[in-house]
Amino acid sequence: MTEQTASSGINPNNVRKVIQVKAPQAVAWAVFTEKMGTWWPLATYKIGKANAVDAVIEPRVGGRWYERGDDGSTCQWGSVLSWEPHTRLVLSWDINADWQYDPSLKTEIEVRFIADGKDRTRVELEHRRLDRYGARRDEMRTIFDSTGDWGRLLESFASAAAA
Amino acid sequence: MKRLRGGARSVGEIAEGMDVSRPAVSQHLKILKAARLVTDRAEGTRRLYAVNTRGIEVLRSWLDGFWDEMLLAFKETAERQTAKERKQ
Repeated sequence: MTEQTASSGINPNNVRKVIQVKAPQAVAWAVFTEKMGTWWPLATYKIGKANAVDAVIEPRVGGRWYERGDDGSTCQWGSVLSWEPHTRLVLSWDINADWQYDPSLKTEIEVRFIADGKDRTRVELEHRRLDRYGARRDEMRTIFDSTGDWGRLLESFASAAAA
Repeated sequence: MKRLRGGARSVGEIAEGMDVSRPAVSQHLKILKAARLVTDRAEGTRRLYAVNTRGIEVLRSWLDGFWDEMLLAFKETAERQTAKERKQ
C-alpha cells in the first residue's frame, strides 16, 4: 500500500485527458454539448432501466445533464456548473458508486475547447474531486459491518458500467 | 477514520485525546480492517494503520479508461460532422 503524495506527480483525485480533434472549435463545442447522444455509447453507459436514446445537456448554468429512455423517462447524471459557449463547460457528475444519481456527490468534469488554427481543436477534459467518493467512503463507516464495503461497491460500479 | 487522514498512525496515537480506551480503538480498527477501509503494517514493534486508498485508485483507473473511450467517440463524430459540413 503506497500513499499518493503530491511529489508523485499524479493527483489521485483527478483524471486528465487531452485529445486533438480535426474540427473547428464551434463544431467541436456543438457536437459535444448539443449532440452528445450521437457519440455517447448509450447502449453501454446509461443508468436507467429503459433503453437510453439520447444524452442531453441543458444549455445554461443550472441546467440538467441527463439520459432519455425510449419510454420517455429521464435519468439525471449531473448539472451544468459553467456554460461558456465554444470554450469551456463544467458539469457535475453525480453518479455514485452504486451507479445511481446522487446530487450530493458533485464530482466535476471540466471540458476546455482550445482552437488550434481554424480547423482544429484541442479538447482538454478533467474529471476532478474524486475525493468526494472518498468522503462518501468515510460516511459509510457506519454501515461497514453490514453491506457497506467500499471495495464491493466499487466492483459493482465498475461491473454495472461495463455491463 | 478522520484521525488517519494525515497518514499512518499507531493505535496509541489514534486513541490519544479520545474518550475511548485503547482496546476499544483496537477493536474498531479490526472491524474497519475487515471492511477493507483501513490497512495495517508493522513498523518495528508498532502496528500502523492507514486509510485504504485502493477504492479510489480502482475508480480512478476505471474513469481513466472510460474518458479515453468517450473522447475517442466524440472525436470521430466531430470529425465526421466537420467533413459533412465541408461537403455542403
